[in-house]
Amino acid sequence: MNTKYLPLFATIAVFLLLYGWGGVQFENFFSMRVFTNLFTDNAFLVIIAIGMTFVIISGGIDLSVGSMVACVGISVAVMIENYNLHPFLAFAIILTSATLFGAFMGFLIEHYDLPPFIVTLAGMFFLRGLSFVISLESVPINHSFYDAIADFSIPLFGGRLTASAVIMFGVLIGAIYLAHYTRFGRNIYALGGNENSALLLGVPVGRTKIGVYALNSFLAAVGGIVFTFYTFSGYSLAAMGLELDAIASVVIGGTLLTGGVGFVFGTIFGVLIQGVIQTIISFDGSLNSWWTKIFIGLLLFIFIAMQRLMSSGRAARFVSKLRAKPIKTGN
Amino acid sequence: MNLEALYQGLLRRFQWKSIPKNRLFWPLIALGLLLLFNLINDPSFFAVEIKDGRLFGSIIDVFNRAAPIALLSLGMTLVIATGGIDLSVGAIVAIVGATCAYLIQSGMVESTVGIVAIAIVVSMIAGAWNGALVAFLGIQPIIATLILLVAGRGIAQLITDGQILTFNHAGFEFIGGGFFLGLPFSITLVVLAYVGTHLVLKKTALGLFIVSIGSNPTASQFVGIRADFIKMMVYVFSGVCAGLAGMILTSDILGADANNAGLWSELDAILAVVVGGTALTGGRYYIGTTLIGVIILQTLTTTILTNGLPVQYTHMVKSAVVIMVMLVMSVRFRNEIRGVIKPKRDKSGTSK
Repeated sequence: MNTKYLPLFATIAVFLLLYGWGGVQFENFFSMRVFTNLFTDNAFLVIIAIGMTFVIISGGIDLSVGSMVACVGISVAVMIENYNLHPFLAFAIILTSATLFGAFMGFLIEHYDLPPFIVTLAGMFFLRGLSFVISLESVPINHSFYDAIADFSIPLFGGRLTASAVIMFGVLIGAIYLAHYTRFGRNIYALGGNENSALLLGVPVGRTKIGVYALNSFLAAVGGIVFTFYTFSGYSLAAMGLELDAIASVVIGGTLLTGGVGFVFGTIFGVLIQGVIQTIISFDGSLNSWWTKIFIGLLLFIFIAMQRLMSSGRAARFVSKLRAKPIKTGN
Repeated sequence: MNLEALYQGLLRRFQWKSIPKNRLFWPLIALGLLLLFNLINDPSFFAVEIKDGRLFGSIIDVFNRAAPIALLSLGMTLVIATGGIDLSVGAIVAIVGATCAYLIQSGMVESTVGIVAIAIVVSMIAGAWNGALVAFLGIQPIIATLILLVAGRGIAQLITDGQILTFNHAGFEFIGGGFFLGLPFSITLVVLAYVGTHLVLKKTALGLFIVSIGSNPTASQFVGIRADFIKMMVYVFSGVCAGLAGMILTSDILGADANNAGLWSELDAILAVVVGGTALTGGRYYIGTTLIGVIILQTLTTTILTNGLPVQYTHMVKSAVVIMVMLVMSVRFRNEIRGVIKPKRDKSGTSK
């Protein structure tokens, strides 16, 4: 077993443990409906966290995604309701401008060598402010397209896969392809591993950096659109602190915040773990919502401490010792 | 004596060219422009009047409102100087606020000193947690403090049981609402904290150690600086600063809101530090410019509010200012601007 997969397996194991524990504890927890709802409820977060995964693998960070979701939501709602645009046209406009916005942030970070933390922080303030300027009130969306989206679902062994979940899986497959089977994906890993080495090896560092932030803003906008499928409205105060949930998911998913190491596939489990915790809390009824935060903080700690041990090589030695022993397991 | 010659001499000797290189220059220019705008727009911005032996006015208001962020930024400056960052200060504000409100409301502790002491111990524990993760487990500061950022508000809600606790306590109210020498007491606290920190850093080797750790932790350890211990202490200090800010905020509104107390204040503090010219890469700290950074951001907010511009524009203006300040500090941007204003004269490359 390769040590680089260890955090990924640990994440999946934690997910299975939590899910199993919930199933033992509560009736109907194992129903397909609960399982598929996990995807529907967290689709937007998965999409956003996937974008964040790319940024973090590249060695950066993006704090603007939560505000992006709010800004996309309110813009889409206003375009559809006040300007009578067809949703598809609104989506096209939003996705284009979000991508350009991300590229601009990437440009500032790359060209002027500004810290990503500060640039995206400014981006976060800007987008939140822009949503406030567009509308302070929540704008409901009433459109036949949205009704169609709400009705759409693929039945799946008693559960149902909604449009959001379908989009999410599409993004997931696209992202895995992008990360592991394209030049751009390899460049991102190279950039995060060591920027100077990447530059010397001829990796187009500047283009890759700008591309990563553009991609992330694009995915955040997709997440924002999926979020409107979920809420049927746009609200400027929506998705406060979502960037932290996304970052936490990425870290729990086994991606190192130092860059260069990580998997898109792990991130989805990072989100699902948070989703399962929330489901357990809502099943339990007596636990309060703040336990979610405390528990996620605890999980974060465990995962970070584990990663730390691994990167210091202790775990690697441990694994190699295991391998050295003549135990026949599998192959 | 030829006055003309003296004048010319002075003009020559005064190093005009070195002024823009001074780290105080750009933050002060930004602040000056803001104040100038206010002076032209509405001179009453500078009016200070005395009522019941207390000073009132927009300027005083700016300082008063800036007090919590000023304290957070003080701790943040030192943390950033060691090459770290503390994302958890907003959460610590919430935890400390919740603790104070709980202690008062439940009647557990009566004396103000007792409440303040417990609050400081709580904030020290929070800071020590961050510090231990960073210094002894070697976890990257941004992630190490992310844990408390995520969990902290949960802990605060646990203390307040999800309620917004309100209270009345004459002694505790003084911290955020009292007046000392005609000025709000919070301003006094900020002045004490800044002057005290400045003295400790300059009169002892601590400031040097912090800068040294920020520049090169390994080398510092080799020359015998206890890098781990000092890092830990810096996070504890940041925690205590956050605790003080939390007490000011809680005592000001006479209540603790675990969800919203100090929300995003870590970002404001980091912004203030960066606007003040301390680079996020560490190895340098400028306490004075941090304070200017805080005042710039607060003046900006107050200016927007007093000019009747809708509040919703605050965020956008703030972000534009931040990017502008960052760009001005970027070497490449300066060179580009210089290139536009003064195109390179020849190929000899002597245009320095």
